Parts: sequence; structure tokens; C-alpha cells
Amino acid sequence: MIGNLDHSILQQLWWLITSVVGSLFLFLTFVQGGQTLIFTTASTEEEKSLIINTMGRKWELTFTTLVLFGGALFAAFPLFYATSFGGAYWVWMLILFTFIVQAVSYEFRKKPDNVLGARTYEIFMCINGSVGLILIGAAVGTFFTGSRFSLNLYNSVTWATPYHGLEAALNPFNLALGLFLMFLARILGAMYIVNHVDHENLVKRARKATWINLLWALPFLLTVLIGFVTMDGFAVDPATGVVSMEKGKYLTNLLEMPVVLLLLLGGLGSVIYGVAATGFLGKNSGIWFGGIGTVLVGLAIFSLAGYNNTAFYPSITDLQSSLTIYNASSSKYTLTVMSYVALAVPFVLAYVAYVWKLMNAKKLDIAELTGEDANEMY
Amino acid sequence: MAGARHFAATTHKEDIVEDQLLTTVDWARAQFALTAMYHWIFVPLTLGLSFLIAFFESIYVKTGNEEWKKLTKFWMTLFGINFAIGVATGIILEFQFGTNWSNYSWMVGDIFGAPLAIEGIFAFFIEATFFAVMFFGWHRVSKGFHLFSTWMVAIGSNLSAVWILVANGWMQFPIGMNFNPDTARFEMQNFWEVALSPVAVHKFTHTTSSAFLLAALFVVGISALFLLQERHQKMAKRSMVVAAVFGFIASIFVAFTGDEAAFSVAQRQPMKLAAMEGLYVGQEKAPIIAMGIINSSKKPGDDLPAFYQEVKIPGLLSLLANRDPNSFVPGINDLVFGNAERNIIGAEQRMVTGKIALAELARYKYAKDTGDDGESAAALAIFDQHKGDLGYGYLNNPAEAAPPVATTFYSFHIMVVLGTLFPVIFLLVLYFAYKGTLEYQRWLNLACFFSIFLGYVAQQAGWVVAEVGRQPWAIQGLLPVGMASTNIAASNVQTTFFMFLTLFTALLIAEIRIIMKQIKIGPEA
Repeated sequence: MIGNLDHSILQQLWWLITSVVGSLFLFLTFVQGGQTLIFTTASTEEEKSLIINTMGRKWELTFTTLVLFGGALFAAFPLFYATSFGGAYWVWMLILFTFIVQAVSYEFRKKPDNVLGARTYEIFMCINGSVGLILIGAAVGTFFTGSRFSLNLYNSVTWATPYHGLEAALNPFNLALGLFLMFLARILGAMYIVNHVDHENLVKRARKATWINLLWALPFLLTVLIGFVTMDGFAVDPATGVVSMEKGKYLTNLLEMPVVLLLLLGGLGSVIYGVAATGFLGKNSGIWFGGIGTVLVGLAIFSLAGYNNTAFYPSITDLQSSLTIYNASSSKYTLTVMSYVALAVPFVLAYVAYVWKLMNAKKLDIAELTGEDANEMY
Repeated sequence: MAGARHFAATTHKEDIVEDQLLTTVDWARAQFALTAMYHWIFVPLTLGLSFLIAFFESIYVKTGNEEWKKLTKFWMTLFGINFAIGVATGIILEFQFGTNWSNYSWMVGDIFGAPLAIEGIFAFFIEATFFAVMFFGWHRVSKGFHLFSTWMVAIGSNLSAVWILVANGWMQFPIGMNFNPDTARFEMQNFWEVALSPVAVHKFTHTTSSAFLLAALFVVGISALFLLQERHQKMAKRSMVVAAVFGFIASIFVAFTGDEAAFSVAQRQPMKLAAMEGLYVGQEKAPIIAMGIINSSKKPGDDLPAFYQEVKIPGLLSLLANRDPNSFVPGINDLVFGNAERNIIGAEQRMVTGKIALAELARYKYAKDTGDDGESAAALAIFDQHKGDLGYGYLNNPAEAAPPVATTFYSFHIMVVLGTLFPVIFLLVLYFAYKGTLEYQRWLNLACFFSIFLGYVAQQAGWVVAEVGRQPWAIQGLLPVGMASTNIAASNVQTTFFMFLTLFTALLIAEIRIIMKQIKIGPEA
């Protein structure tokens, strides 16, 4: 059945699947956002522990989604994997370092004899939630601003700068996207605390943190949105595959793909409603509006970059080396196999949701942190 | 590095200096080895301990005895500390394929990426989802669902091993694919051949059973320490009995799967087998070297003796390799220079074929690029006749086809000797447990404790055999490591190597200290 689909349909389908995984990762970065709130929203050790323990029960899901995002890109778009990771070397390495230190921080922070001290592990978490996300945003930003690389006839990448991707973080658009993602994660983190923690003072401050971080996010969001509607983009001739610069390409994409425009506006609206509901209306369910909104915004960003005859990983050094979802993808056979595998994703989502519901049925409070299972707490 | 790389370099805007490339490869290899070896300190314990914890909790649920719950939670605490750093090193391995081995990622990503993605979908999410229940769900879910979650963590962990070992198995024995000259990469033709490759099956069964063995040694060893210290004796003896049964069964399985894996190596990677035994000249009734000191000056084709001293068991290598003690086993010289009498084509001859394939591939790509259809068709026809030896075309010297013999030989023998020792330890533990005198066997408890470290040595040695024995290939016979790396200045990879070394070492020290402290605190905490 899937084998009868055209290669180009499978390539578009797999861009959608990887976009969904990437967007779910953006939602789950509420964990990273929460990690940065321990220095701004928690005022006591007790509150800090509540934040870390509530995020600590979900950190692995975020981490796993990132790993799956990488695996899906490798399987479906290996040329992107080879070009971006091998070329923008330092950006990805630094992102990875922030995730290594995050992975151990939850488990090690409170354990006696942890060598580096609890404070160091808290700083690691904060670095992951700030530097890690800014760099991820900068990397995604290059989908629109381009990178300095070229490919030879064997698709072997050569990076044109000795900074190997770090230059991306200095581009104002990329940096704005990174900072927006960081503040968005902080908004989501605060919403999740409100939803899942039973502690009056902390919840009160988390509610306030949602709209304060929204205010911080706004200038960066506006920079990104203005960039989308004004910047030139990397268009692909569907007949020849030739890449050329096109004025207002991403605005054209928004107008020619109204669904994407709706995803973007609906997503942003949903996040803003989530903030209003949490920050001003006293509701606890803001995280769901924020989360769904984030997924929709993520889908819009990835769609803008990859669909409508657009090069999703453009080269500004050699336009014809730019990657599209067609020239960067796996073979039809591999995408067909992977599509059958992807049929398991709804099942995975179902059991993740079921366990999430079970584990979140009761809010986290101080009594649980100091009770019978205190030794297991982060 | 003639052929494609040379041709490729002419199309780059900046030329890549040959020496620099080699250095980059060296650092990339060092970094991958470092990460993989650190990763494999933590992962085998996760794979095996997860099942032991599931056994302990099952006994608790069945008996309702709170002491078993306390015991379960103690081992779970150690599991959690170890698990986190395993995850941290694991993500690096996945992304390192892209950062340090980008040519590899493109050339085989069509095949290699799929198992990694499947691993994420089918295994990692099970682990991640149920891990939180296992640690924080004692009072949030029912007792039955908690036990179910613990089992799911064990199953999920081991499922992840399936897919990464399928990927590794494919690197050792590439099947189910074809080379596409238009995209300049290998593309998957048959998923089931990749997923059910006999090498992958042997890798999975041998690797996971050895991980179970290590976890059993860990539990037995730590419990033995408690007995030596006369602390938590009841809990320690209970843990030891369960772990020793598990470990003994695993040991038997390790021996069986190890034999199957060696047979598989003999059939599909004869050069690796020759290096494992330091066999330079092929022979009938080939012996296994029970013990030996390798002559480090020995090179393929020279007349020096392979060993300074050795103890041989005649015919055993032939039996292991071909299931026939009288059969012929090829040596390194046969595989490097060929052996017409035995109909073995050596690397020397395959290099000639491989270089023709590379030259024709370059001619084909150039002709396609310039729109010369006649030239491209002619080049493709010749390429197709010679592409089977494509990888050999990248070699400069036929002796490069042989892996480092001493490292492979010693690692293999250390692994085998230790693998033979461990079931004896488990049997002794079970015997004295049956007699009720376990706590009085000070010598045995000391041996059990030190066996933890020997277990790790055996684990690392096993992977050294598998990976060093595969050299010079990233993909056996098709892609040497020198062609697989990223085009990047060596200083970048060198810098990240030392960053990883510093970070991993600091985290390892922290982990060991935390675990030691938890052991000191014991299950009463």
C-alpha cells in the first residue's frame, strides 16, 4: 500500500513526520524552560526541589524525542544529517554538550558525594535550558538564512568558514529565533509548574512568570515574524531542481499555503491564550494551550522551510548545493520501510499519554518530596 | 586516498591536505572509541540490572515481603545513577555519526539511519516513559502497574540494544543493499536482510547475554562486599542467589553465542578471525593459541615468527571456524596477498579491481555532470563489473587490509579467559549459598568483589575485538574509515576529543563516588 506511493509523496510525508517530532520536542522543552526557572522563580530550596522534581519526571521524554528527531532525520534525510552535523560542527557539538550535562544533573544533584556539588548541576541544567535552546533555535534559523557550505559531486560537504556553524548564532534572525525558543520554553515550564505543582507561593510566582516571559519573548518573536514576511528565500524550480533567490519567498509560502498561515497564527494565539489563562484567569490548564500552540508553531516553521518548492537547508556559498526534501532524502525503498515503522507512532503516543495521565493524576507537593520515597527524589 | 576522494577534492573550494585528513580520521576514531568505551561502561549494567530488578520486584509482589521491596529499591537507586550517564554518552554516539563521520552518514545513511530511528520509536520511548513510573510511581500507580513498568524498562532497554546491534552488524556484514552511482551512496534493497542478518542476531545474543553476566557480577560483587563487612547480610545473600542463578545461565548462553559469533566471523570476516588468533599462514588443522606472546615486529608477508612464545591446541581453530577440525583456515598472508591454491583472492588483487571501480565511478560522475551520455554509460558498465571491490580501491597498501593484530589477539584472549572464569564463580556462590555458609567464604567474597572489575575488562575487551578487528573498514570491504570521516580540520575534532575526555572522566568519577556512597549507606537509607 505505502509502497505504491510516489517517492515525492513519501519525501513530503517524511518531512511532515520529522516536523511533527521536532515540534513535539519544542513542546517538551518546557523541561528546559523549567530548569532555567530554578534561578528566577524559585525562592527557597524547597521550591527549587519542587521545580526540579516536577521537570525531572519528564526530562527523559524530551531527551528521547530529541534523539528520535535526530534518528528520523538520519533515516529520512541523511544528506541533511551529513551536511549539517558534519559542517555546522561546533553548533551541534555545543548543543550536545548541554544535553550531556543535563542528563546526569537530575540524578546526581542531590546525591551525597557527587563531586561537583548541587549548585554545579543546577548551573548545568540552566545552561541546557538557555544556551542549548538558543543554539537549537540558531540552527533552525539557518533553514531560512542559509549556511556557508558546498557539496561536491559525491555529496561530500565542505564548510566555508573555520567557525563551523558558530557564525549562525551571530545572525540576528537566527539569534532572535533562539531567544524566542528559550523564552517560549520558560513560558511552557512555568505553565507546567502551575499545572502540576501543589505549592501556593511557587504557583503564584509561576503564573506571573508566564506573562513576564511572554513580554521578553515578544521582541524576538516580532523579529522572526518580520523576517518571515520580508526576507528573500531559497526557491527551487520543481522541474530542474535549480535553486534561486526569490523575493519574499516565505511570505509567498504563507500566502500560497494558507494552512501553514493558520497553523502559525492559531499556534501563536493558542500560546497567548495559554499565558492569559494561566497568568490572569487563574486556570491550571494553560500548558495544554501553550503546548498545542507550540506544536502548531513548530509545524508552521518546518512547513515554511521545506514545502512549496523551498530549499530547507540552503547554502549561501553555493546555491546549487542547497538541500531540498527531494535531493536530501533517503531512497524510496527506505522511506517506504520507515513509513510502515511510523505506523507504530500513534501507539507510542497513546501509551505515553496514558502513563502521563496516571503519573500526573496527583500534583507534586512537599510531602511527597520528604516522604517515604525521599531517597528516590531528585 | 586516490580515486573518488581525489576527484572530490578537485571540486572543493578549499583543498584538503592528505596528511590533515588522516589526522582528522585518527582523532575521529579516537573520539568514537572513547565515547563507545565510556558508553559501554554503563550500558551493559543497565541491560542486565534492569532484569534483575524486575526479578526482585516480582518476588516482592508475589510474596508481599517488604524486605524484597527494600532490596529492589536499593538496586534501583544504583541503576538510576548508572542509567543517566549511559543516556548521556549514548546521544553523543548517535550524533557523532553526523559530526565526525559525515561522509559515512551520507554514503550509508539510507541503510544505517533506519535502525537508529526504529530504536527511538520502539525502544527509547518505552524506557523513557516507564522509567519515571519505576522511580516515582510507587504511590501513584498500582503495585501491578509498577511491576509492569519495571519489566517494560528492562524490555525497552534490551530492545534498544537490538536495533543498535542490527546497525553494527550491518557494518560488519553489509547485505541487503546496492551502490547507487548517481547518488554516490549505498541504498537499502531488502530491510529484512539487514534486520535479520545472522551477524546482527549473533551480535545481539552475545552482547546482551554478556551484559546480563556483568550485571550479575555487579550484584554478586556488591553483595559480597556487604558480607565481608558483615552488613545487610540477609539482603546480600538473597541478592546473590538470584544474581548468581541469572549470571550462571547468562554465562552458559555467553559461551554458546560466543562460539556462534566466532563461527560467523570465520565465515564473513576471516581477516578478523586470523587477527584474533595471530594466524599469518593459513593451514589445515589450525590450532587455537591458548596462550601466547605476539611478536610485535611481525608484518604480513615477512618471515618473522608470529609469536615469541605460544601454547597451541591443535585443530581447535579449524573446528571453531568451520565445524571441522581438519579444515583449512586462511591466515593474514593468504587474505592480504591471495592464495591461488585455495582460491583466495587477496587484498592486493582486490585493490587493483577497486581502483578500476573508483576511476570508472569518477569518469561516470564527470560524464554525467558534463552531459556526455555515451561516456557515462561506458563508464557505468565497467564500474558495475568491478564495484564489488570498491572499498579496496581506497587502500594504498595491501597490508592495510589487516587489523592491528596484537590488540585484537590479546583482547580476544582476555575476554575468553575471563568468560571462562565467571561461571565458576557463580557456581561456587550457589554451592555455598546452598550449604548456608556463604558469609564465611571470605576468599570467595573477595573474588566476587574483584570480579566486578574483571567483568568490565571482559566487556571492553569484547568490543575491542569487534571494532579493532574490523579495521581498516567502517563498512566491511566497502568503506575504509579514512573515507568515512568529515572534511574538517583535525584541530576541531582534537579539541572535542579532549572536551569529551574531560567531561566523561569527571562524570565517571562522580558516578563512582556516588555509587560507593550509596553502597556505604546501604538499603536501610
